[in-house]
Amino acid sequence: MALPSYTETRYRIWHYFYIAICTFVFFFLIAPLFVIFPLSFNAEEFLVFSEGMKKLDPDAFSFRWYHEMVYGTKNPWGLAAKNSFIIAIFATIGSIILGTLAALGLSSRHMPYKGLIMAVLISPMIVPLIISGVAIFFFMAKVGLAATHTGIILAHIILGTPFVVITVTATLSGFDHSVTRAASSLGSNPVNTFMKITLPLILPGVISGGLFAFVTSFDEVVVVLFLAGLENTTIPVQMWTGLREQLSPTILAVATCLIVLSTLILVSAELLRRRSERLRGINR
Amino acid sequence: MSSETKQILTTDGIPLEVSLKKAEKKNKIKAFLLVAPLLLFLFITYVFPIGEMFTRSVDDKMITNMLPKTFKAMENWDGKELPSEEVFAGFYYDFKVLVENQTQGKLGQRLNKEKNGFNSITKKLMRQIKRNKIDESQSIKEQIMKVHKRWGTVEYWQAIKRTAPPYTMAKYLKGMDMYFAADGSIAQVDEDRRIHRILWLRTLEIALFVTIFCFLMGYPIAHLLATLPMKYSNLLMICVLLPFWTSLLVRTASWMILLQQQGLVNDFFVMIGLVADNNRPEMMYNKVGTYVAMTQILLPFMVLPLYSVMKTISPSLMRAGKSLGGTPFIAFWKVYFPLTIPGIGAGCLLVFILAIGYYITPALVGGASGTLISNQIAYHMKSTLDWSFASAMGLMLLSGVLVIYWIYNKLVGVDNIKLG
Repeated sequence: MALPSYTETRYRIWHYFYIAICTFVFFFLIAPLFVIFPLSFNAEEFLVFSEGMKKLDPDAFSFRWYHEMVYGTKNPWGLAAKNSFIIAIFATIGSIILGTLAALGLSSRHMPYKGLIMAVLISPMIVPLIISGVAIFFFMAKVGLAATHTGIILAHIILGTPFVVITVTATLSGFDHSVTRAASSLGSNPVNTFMKITLPLILPGVISGGLFAFVTSFDEVVVVLFLAGLENTTIPVQMWTGLREQLSPTILAVATCLIVLSTLILVSAELLRRRSERLRGINR
Repeated sequence: MSSETKQILTTDGIPLEVSLKKAEKKNKIKAFLLVAPLLLFLFITYVFPIGEMFTRSVDDKMITNMLPKTFKAMENWDGKELPSEEVFAGFYYDFKVLVENQTQGKLGQRLNKEKNGFNSITKKLMRQIKRNKIDESQSIKEQIMKVHKRWGTVEYWQAIKRTAPPYTMAKYLKGMDMYFAADGSIAQVDEDRRIHRILWLRTLEIALFVTIFCFLMGYPIAHLLATLPMKYSNLLMICVLLPFWTSLLVRTASWMILLQQQGLVNDFFVMIGLVADNNRPEMMYNKVGTYVAMTQILLPFMVLPLYSVMKTISPSLMRAGKSLGGTPFIAFWKVYFPLTIPGIGAGCLLVFILAIGYYITPALVGGASGTLISNQIAYHMKSTLDWSFASAMGLMLLSGVLVIYWIYNKLVGVDNIKLG
């Protein structure tokens, strides 16, 4: 963003001020994530940078908390990670199936009451989680699914579907329906058309919606706090308990792993988005 | 010559119009069937349970079911003087059943909420009944009044009568720091006990300021992202998207580390000489912590809609404004800014909706003065177990959110929500 040479001084000052503000905001957004990294290698038990760390003394750093995270006695992270993955995977599958079907219906121009139905389907994303938590808890308690994996998975399907509906509807908005008509006219049945024509084209949207649903479930804590028993504890629940009670650097080791995971998810989501835009012929 | 227009028929001999309508209807049903599974699932597991929260929040059937004979007898009572023998007898027989089932304690507690002093006199009456001190062949009214003099006061019987309707709005009033006074009118709680109103106002205040902060910080960077060449903006976009994809708890944890008294932010303040080392300010467990953490967490929700709108604004518009004699500031204010208003509306509404129901971050960094209404709901769900009150507060919050959601839907359209 080079300024033309004829720019007046006051606009020049304003421009540098603007760049300074932007730098500050980007720093504000991203810097907090990088505090976690070095501290998770802290050799000591406190959540502050020790004198040794500030001097970059190698002895001040260790893998102690990562070791603790994996092999620690009575440590909850193993069970929590297993539960988190099981719940998130099933919730993602459920969200993808229900969400994609609904998005296909909603994208049809024959769909009656489109706006109203869309508003209902998106609502779990908008309604405060605490209210969703209370309502879902009442329901699960009534049908006897509280403190079960099934209950939590169903709850996370509720919270995850809006993302799939949104991304798949967005993908379908640039969808050329004549290709499915062409397939039908060539004698393909609807299921076959969907599997061979529609699905491959909307797949990037489906997967990126699925990633959203996965992250939502993997990160969700409010509803799980209402529903989970001791056996259903998840990573976020353990982090929540840890942050409220004994602040141990083990949490930072876990947090570092989570940041790495989210970076991987971000990269795949971005690649998918670009692929999808290329497939739909949107060039920017 | 044919005066009547010929109906167009399909090959099957059916009028085309009918055939088209049939096809249209079939398509409608087909589209709806695709949506139906999700819609049905959401209605059963989500929409109806929220509706059930409403019945739970107004439900007051407990006493209605406990004292059926009493309320039957009270139908003929004017409620001004001490009730008749009939009412006393009804109450006595109802109460005897409760004593046999050992549930009279619940009645005492519930009535005590209506009027102080019920707990002890119901206990006294229970003891008398257990010892068979009450002779059913004599006047029950006289005997109950002898148990404790309060049983002979009309206010206590009026309190019982007030609990007769199976539904009550009392929980909603409590959520606004009001209650039903003895004569049935609505009264305010004492000034120093109005905790809920403070919480509502604080929730609104925090949501509003977080929205403003997000706007002030989000607008410049969205503008930068939209105007920079693609290869730079893609890189900077990661700074927005990485926090967006990172776990909420991880981000809250990092703020807890940064904002603590020995944390880096305070270290920095000491270093530049803003505060003394022995006088480090408390930046967590109060409003400051809530503001800072929530602003960072919600900022991507402001930047993304702003960015997608700004991306569509052609840079030649600004150039045209300038070439027509506007200074860069005027060109920005008169040309660029109005064009970004849809993005501002979308971003602000989204951030406000999300902020108003925030729970996790305020609970961890908010302390006592930085918690929101959601934290109060969770407290009543988990600690006091007053679920009907939690439901009532939840629905009050929900109604506010739904109004904003409706506005959002009108202005932006839910199908235009941008995700990454």
